[in-house]
Amino acid sequence: MQSKNPIQLNVVNQNLKVKKAVDREFQLPKNPPTKDYRKELFALEAAGEIEIIRVPEPFVEVDTKYGRKKKIPIEHTWHHKSCGQCGHIPGYSTSIYWLNREFGLDYYDPRDQTSCTAWNYYASAASNPAAQAAIACRNFAQAKIDGYFPLIHCGTSYGHYKEVRAQLLHFPELREQVRKILDRLGLPFVFPEEIVHYSEWVHVMRHRIAEKQTRDFSKVTATVHPACHYHKLISEDAIYDRDLYDGQRTAIVTGVVEALGAKVADYSTFHDCCGFGFRHILVSRDFSRSFATIRKIERMKIEADPDVTITHDTGCVTTLDKSQFSTQAHNRKVGIPVISDAQFAALAMGAHPYLVCQLHWHGVDNVPLLELMGIDHEKAWKEFEEVADKLQQDPEAFLTWEDV
Amino acid sequence: MQSIYKDAKYTEVPYEEKLSLFNEVKGDMRYSTELYGCYECGICVAACPSARFYDFSPRVFAQTMAREDVNSFYELLNDNVWDCSQCFSCTCCPRQNNPGGIITIMREVAVNNGLQSAKDALRAYSRIIYKVMTTGTQVSPDMLQPDFFPDWGPDVRDVSLNLDVWRRAIPPETLHTVELAWDVSEKTQLELYMIWKLTGNLEMIENVDEGLYMILEEVMEELLDEHGYDIDDFENILED
Ligand code: SF4
Ligand code: SF4
Repeated sequence: MQSKNPIQLNVVNQNLKVKKAVDREFQLPKNPPTKDYRKELFALEAAGEIEIIRVPEPFVEVDTKYGRKKKIPIEHTWHHKSCGQCGHIPGYSTSIYWLNREFGLDYYDPRDQTSCTAWNYYASAASNPAAQAAIACRNFAQAKIDGYFPLIHCGTSYGHYKEVRAQLLHFPELREQVRKILDRLGLPFVFPEEIVHYSEWVHVMRHRIAEKQTRDFSKVTATVHPACHYHKLISEDAIYDRDLYDGQRTAIVTGVVEALGAKVADYSTFHDCCGFGFRHILVSRDFSRSFATIRKIERMKIEADPDVTITHDTGCVTTLDKSQFSTQAHNRKVGIPVISDAQFAALAMGAHPYLVCQLHWHGVDNVPLLELMGIDHEKAWKEFEEVADKLQQDPEAFLTWEDV
Repeated sequence: MQSIYKDAKYTEVPYEEKLSLFNEVKGDMRYSTELYGCYECGICVAACPSARFYDFSPRVFAQTMAREDVNSFYELLNDNVWDCSQCFSCTCCPRQNNPGGIITIMREVAVNNGLQSAKDALRAYSRIIYKVMTTGTQVSPDMLQPDFFPDWGPDVRDVSLNLDVWRRAIPPETLHTVELAWDVSEKTQLELYMIWKLTGNLEMIENVDEGLYMILEEVMEELLDEHGYDIDDFENILED
């Protein structure tokens, strides 16, 4: 039976002025929802608790998530290396150094550096906040002693060090523990003014990189994957730009890909994780493989069909690249090369694909990509093999910067 | 309060034992900044990679802790806690919760108390702990073996066959290593060992893997000894 006064399902009052989502204008919050960590760090310094390592000049100021400014140093950088990059994708770190050298910038590649050990911590929990903070501060103290400013290569080190900073600022008892440890080690208690990821350096250098570009990337279509520990774990340090995604997604990676003339293609799972999982990638890879291929690679393939996907973290390159081989057996739509923004930028500036970018350590076939970039990959591989043959004959010899 | 799980596995475990672990999690200094209540909106679940492939939900962690449901907590502590990817996508929570951060604390409590489930979860993982604690780098080129990564395709075989030459065919001097990701100085390894000792990390390992603990202690003792230090001088400062 029909009611006399049926409930109106269409509840939109025609007299109300409702803005459609497409017409809404994104605005930054008037008051950032977080305290400014820089002010807190300098307050601790003023109280004599710690010493802050200043971002050295020259630096570039960029906007971060809540509209605050962050200083990104151009040189005098202490390269805090990444376990997975150096161990399994060495062209990643090599490309970062190669770019610095091409610009003639002063940098330091230390031996007195340990891993942040956060991969292990997030995988096994076999550590604790005091140890994690002490490891971070030991590395920072060494950077200070060496006279350089830390530039963090790994997305997880970057994320974890932001977490360590938040904990040190929040918990005086943790500062006390770290101070005791550093005293025993005979090291100063210092902390950098900013935690800077190498991809932020690539971002601020992108126009200078484009000026030195020797290869045409206009035929290349790329998808971008931003690392979770870059823009989700303590999100406020991440770079945002009103000219890229209207400032509603991090500008990292997209900025350099666009500056180099490639087309950035969007896809619906941009914000999803890569599936690395820390413990999963080593001991439960069924999860990492499934997530990386079904939620990321296959979506990119179906929605954007890119020639390459560019990311800026160790775990993301590894998971997105290595997961594709075995999923071919399940007829999944895979087959997208995965490289870092640093390798992409180095290739644009004419770097050797094997001697510098070390692309033979990657899984997915990147030959079609190299052809699109106008690179004679057969000649380049022959050159690499000649070098390898020479090294084979002399076990003491190794490739030097002068050679490349 | 009964567990939310009809098929709860740990009903035989005394409530006091569960409560003591629950209180350990709540007593962690970080806890107060990880949970502020929960709307049950599920935004964290939508963002969570592990929720898509496991019977796993960050919302359940937030709810269980907020409701102080000790029995369900114990189920999560022994099971689901190891499914989390620690990606922190769940920090998009409108309540500013950090379910992934709660899980970090829970895992630490599981390891510190030597729970069997933690031992099982970490069994295959011990060689990684050994690597990072003794060398200061977490993964190394010589780990790229086809029998360990059969699913990664033929390039792993190529890398392992050519490892020594390919490592020397990389320009930065610090990367000509095979057993470490990069060349870490002995001084720095020594400082790392001191940190592990001073923060009670070796004792933590002893709780979950005694064999690994003994090997680690021996390796560290040797290097400390070579440099004129006595390993027993580095007491756990966190116990103060
Ligand atoms: S997003 Fe936050 S408030 Fe919503 S269900 Fe998850 S923990 Fe609760
Ligand atoms: S940290 Fe864990 S709970 Fe949070 S989104 Fe990632 S996998 Fe899910």
